[in-house]
Amino acid sequence: MSTDASNRRVVVKSLFGAAGMFAFAIFVLPPMYDLFCEITGLGGKTGDEYTAVDVRVDTSREVRVRFVASNNASMPWVFKPTKDSVVVHPGEPTEITYFAHNVTDQDMVSQAIPSLVPNNVADYFHKTECFCFENQPLAAGDQADLKLVFIIDPDLPAGVNSVTLSYTIFDITDRAADPIAQL
Amino acid sequence: MLKRAKALFLSLLSLVVSLPALGSAVVETSTRQLNMPQGVTEVSQAAYDIHMIMVWVCTVIGVGVFGFMFYVMYAHRKSRGAVAENFHENLVVELLWTIVPTIILIVMAFPATTALLKVYDTDNPDIEIKVTGYQWKWQYEYLGEGVKFMSELRTSDDEVYGREPKGEHYLREVTEPLVLPAGKKIRFLVTGNDVIHSWWVPDFGVKRDAVPGLFTAGWAKTDKPGTYVGECTELCGQGHAFMPVVVEVKEQAEYDAWLANKKAEAVEYASTIGKEWTAEELMTKGEGVYLQSCAGCHQADGNGIPGVFPAIKGSPIALGPQIGHIAVLIDGVPGSAMQSFADQLSEVNIAAVIHYQRNAWGNDVGDVTQPIDVLNYKQSK
Amino acid sequence: MAHGPATLADGWRAYISRWVFTTNHKDIGTLYLWFSFAMFLMGGAFAMVIRAELFQPGMQLIRPEFFNQMTTMHGLVMVFGAIMPAFVGLANWMIPLMIGAPDMALPRMNNLSFWILPFAFAILTSTLFMEGGGPNFGWTFYAPLSTTYAPESVNFFIFAIHIMGASSIMGSINIIATVMNMRAPGMTYMKMPLFVWTWVITAFLLVAVMPVLAGAVTMMLMDINFGTSFFDAAGGGDPVLFQHVFWFFGHPEVYIIILPAFGVVSQIIPTFSRKPLFGYSSMVYATAAIAFLSFVVWAHHMFTVGMPIAGELYFMYATMLIAVPTGVKVFNWITTMYKGSLTFETPMLFSIAFVILFTFGGFTGLMLSIAAADMQYHDTYFVVAHFHYVMVAGAVFSGTAAIYYWLPKWCGKMYNETMGQVQFWVAFIGFNIAFMPQHFLGLAGMPRRYADYGLQFADWNMVSSIGAFIYGGAQIMLLYNVIATIRNGKPTTEEKTWEGAEGLEWTVPSPAPYHTFEKPPEFK
Repeated sequence: MSTDASNRRVVVKSLFGAAGMFAFAIFVLPPMYDLFCEITGLGGKTGDEYTAVDVRVDTSREVRVRFVASNNASMPWVFKPTKDSVVVHPGEPTEITYFAHNVTDQDMVSQAIPSLVPNNVADYFHKTECFCFENQPLAAGDQADLKLVFIIDPDLPAGVNSVTLSYTIFDITDRAADPIAQL
Repeated sequence: MLKRAKALFLSLLSLVVSLPALGSAVVETSTRQLNMPQGVTEVSQAAYDIHMIMVWVCTVIGVGVFGFMFYVMYAHRKSRGAVAENFHENLVVELLWTIVPTIILIVMAFPATTALLKVYDTDNPDIEIKVTGYQWKWQYEYLGEGVKFMSELRTSDDEVYGREPKGEHYLREVTEPLVLPAGKKIRFLVTGNDVIHSWWVPDFGVKRDAVPGLFTAGWAKTDKPGTYVGECTELCGQGHAFMPVVVEVKEQAEYDAWLANKKAEAVEYASTIGKEWTAEELMTKGEGVYLQSCAGCHQADGNGIPGVFPAIKGSPIALGPQIGHIAVLIDGVPGSAMQSFADQLSEVNIAAVIHYQRNAWGNDVGDVTQPIDVLNYKQSK
Repeated sequence: MAHGPATLADGWRAYISRWVFTTNHKDIGTLYLWFSFAMFLMGGAFAMVIRAELFQPGMQLIRPEFFNQMTTMHGLVMVFGAIMPAFVGLANWMIPLMIGAPDMALPRMNNLSFWILPFAFAILTSTLFMEGGGPNFGWTFYAPLSTTYAPESVNFFIFAIHIMGASSIMGSINIIATVMNMRAPGMTYMKMPLFVWTWVITAFLLVAVMPVLAGAVTMMLMDINFGTSFFDAAGGGDPVLFQHVFWFFGHPEVYIIILPAFGVVSQIIPTFSRKPLFGYSSMVYATAAIAFLSFVVWAHHMFTVGMPIAGELYFMYATMLIAVPTGVKVFNWITTMYKGSLTFETPMLFSIAFVILFTFGGFTGLMLSIAAADMQYHDTYFVVAHFHYVMVAGAVFSGTAAIYYWLPKWCGKMYNETMGQVQFWVAFIGFNIAFMPQHFLGLAGMPRRYADYGLQFADWNMVSSIGAFIYGGAQIMLLYNVIATIRNGKPTTEEKTWEGAEGLEWTVPSPAPYHTFEKPPEFK
């Protein structure tokens, strides 16, 4: 093959390689990262809606679940758990609420993002109902009791007696209105 | 030429080495610390121990390798008559210096692993503290106790900009330190309010990034009461160097008393919220709050930084209806760097600073904002 | 019209045309080298501002917002504007000469690769004068500081990065094609000079990871301007994802910076030892091993972000492992010197300093890899000290060695050896005074990117600043040496400038003729 032709081949292959790495960065890395977080619990991300199968309750164990609320940046709502903590048995469905109050004179939409500590047991914390699955709109001045129903997996590693579940609420009023962002 | 150059270096060198002595005379607390602190927790001690192992291993290897190299540079120089040999391969030697370092690394991996396991041992704490990084201060919340407060740098702008001499605790003093009991295992839940910060206390060996939207966990347990100073260790904007961490560890009884007092303060504050303040009281208090919490962006003269932070002097919000002004502080301005201060400043402080902003720098609106006005706004609508 | 490339004697129009439209690898190499030196001085000026402000506690000269712009621009300009283009310049000049090729494979793309760089840096530098200021979020530009909280100029920053990335990718494709297809007959891969090997491997790294950087800044652009949430927790994204994507690029990037530097030193040490490089094949395999490993260690930049322990342990072990092939290279360089016949001209001085100081930086790198200890080192001046040892005493010293080594070949004049040695010692001493104390600062608790600091850090900061000013002075001396050589240096026409030099580049006259190896040489 002539040098020119060989050079052309190298260029084409390299450009494909470069384009492939670009696509990898944008389209493969983010989902891979999400998967990695799901499997390892990085960031304490608890999962999506859970359908309870096993009704086995482990009454020999008690786990304290503490609840924390956090407002991101300029999120002015009052947001707090109605109970500081509960003590539950693994396998036992438990319902608690978070109180939210839109104290402004605008209608707003919020999104709550959960994070569980210790991060590595996030996989064992199942939510059958959670206000964090959807965004939460609240009209100006409105209040709401946001529901969370959770089950701690009976296979929770031994030695873990207390977990802390934190929610951070974000103001997504603009984003919820913006059609482009729905992509 | 060379002689003169040599003389120049020697004089430069001696100048350089002696200058710090000059510095020390001016700044008494300056130190020339060389090494990592051992700290007061198991984790800080583990970090120090593995650090020292590495220092020694690297020193021994370095002395050996560089020593050999200096010997070669001396013994095999052409000016000494050395004649080059021609070898350029030796499988045995290559294998040796591939395998031996690998073995050394594997050996070092063991203490490195046990040290890291200690860092991750955050289970079953006695006390949990939520640490939130803000631009540019920390918020501490004692989970389950209902005690929450901001901890901001106490050093004044005047000291920073050289208008006043620097105090002994320059950049290492805060409005309210984090108070902890000795002898209890404390878990820190760290998050960020706006951008990524990082909470570091070297004496505890704890450094956790404060990421908005998620919580990371660190832990500490120490038997040694004392004051421990740390820093923010993730670039977070202009105030990155100005948000230190100060932790006070007290004996259990002292801590219990302090906690009880904090709870009582909160109760007392709630009951005095209806008090009517005079314009002068609000102005004085408001100026203090403004310089502490607003001047960083909006500047002491109220002029802001054009294009970056709006001026308050002459601003439509400061000169407009009081309710709009309260709204900006309570709700923040979404999409901008102006956060909600509802969580960060008490109603008294917000009322005071609003009063100050509306009446300073020639704004002279003339109205009075009471803490109850602020509380009403927060609770009404 | 004179024959050969246009000189000033042909009129300024012809002269400028020559440089703007050149497709000659020597000219383009020269352009890259001068450009990178100008950027080096600009980045150095930013560093002088930083060290002047940090000379004493308190803010004396600038405000913290501007300080953050200085640290950010210093990093960006040095990494993307100084070091990378300098070594691309060396590649352009030397690779065709070393393999007996008449020019690079794609001469016109070569021209484009260079000329978009001044354009990119003009855009980047102009951000300093925009309202809101230039980038102020560190050269690592973590989200959300670089997205939601960025100044308005951030879109120009992103644009500049895209252009620089395109330049690097095109340049790398050129190098790969040239080396694969244009070696002189008889030059098999395992007979290529090591500088060529290190550059080929670096070029593959660049093609693989520059697009990932482009992906990161594109995602940033979308988050900032089009409402997406790659890095925003509110929309289901994650700021930590940014760190993973950035460092997936960022770690190979630091090897991209150092591998060509390894190549230069591997050329210079055998020359001044009058002995062939020891362990040629191991050197090639070690370089490839380092390049491969560089892909799988990125999260050691993120040890405090709360990774699960299994991940943290894996990244610690993998990072420790890189010490092995790197150690092999260091041992090989020293063994090349062993039982050689050594002389210590300026290129050799810089190369020996490289071996010692880069290894020292490698030791602190090994310390940093120990995650439990990194809890105390991360984001402190200990890290700053580490990377300046490997990047300045490493890559920059190697680049300086290359300049002294190949300058006679480039311009047919010999530099003044005494001036070279003086410049070396000023640089060496200034560098160590500047950066050794930074280890202590980090261990004592001073974080990086700090505009101001507590009083207990004052002494070492003062010493470090003085060293930095001395080191800065050394760079002016280097500029003087180069210009003085070009204008008044002792003329030399010898092919083999250095007694112990081997390789095809030493078979052509000095200065190298505008067109060399138009007919492939005999190579055995």
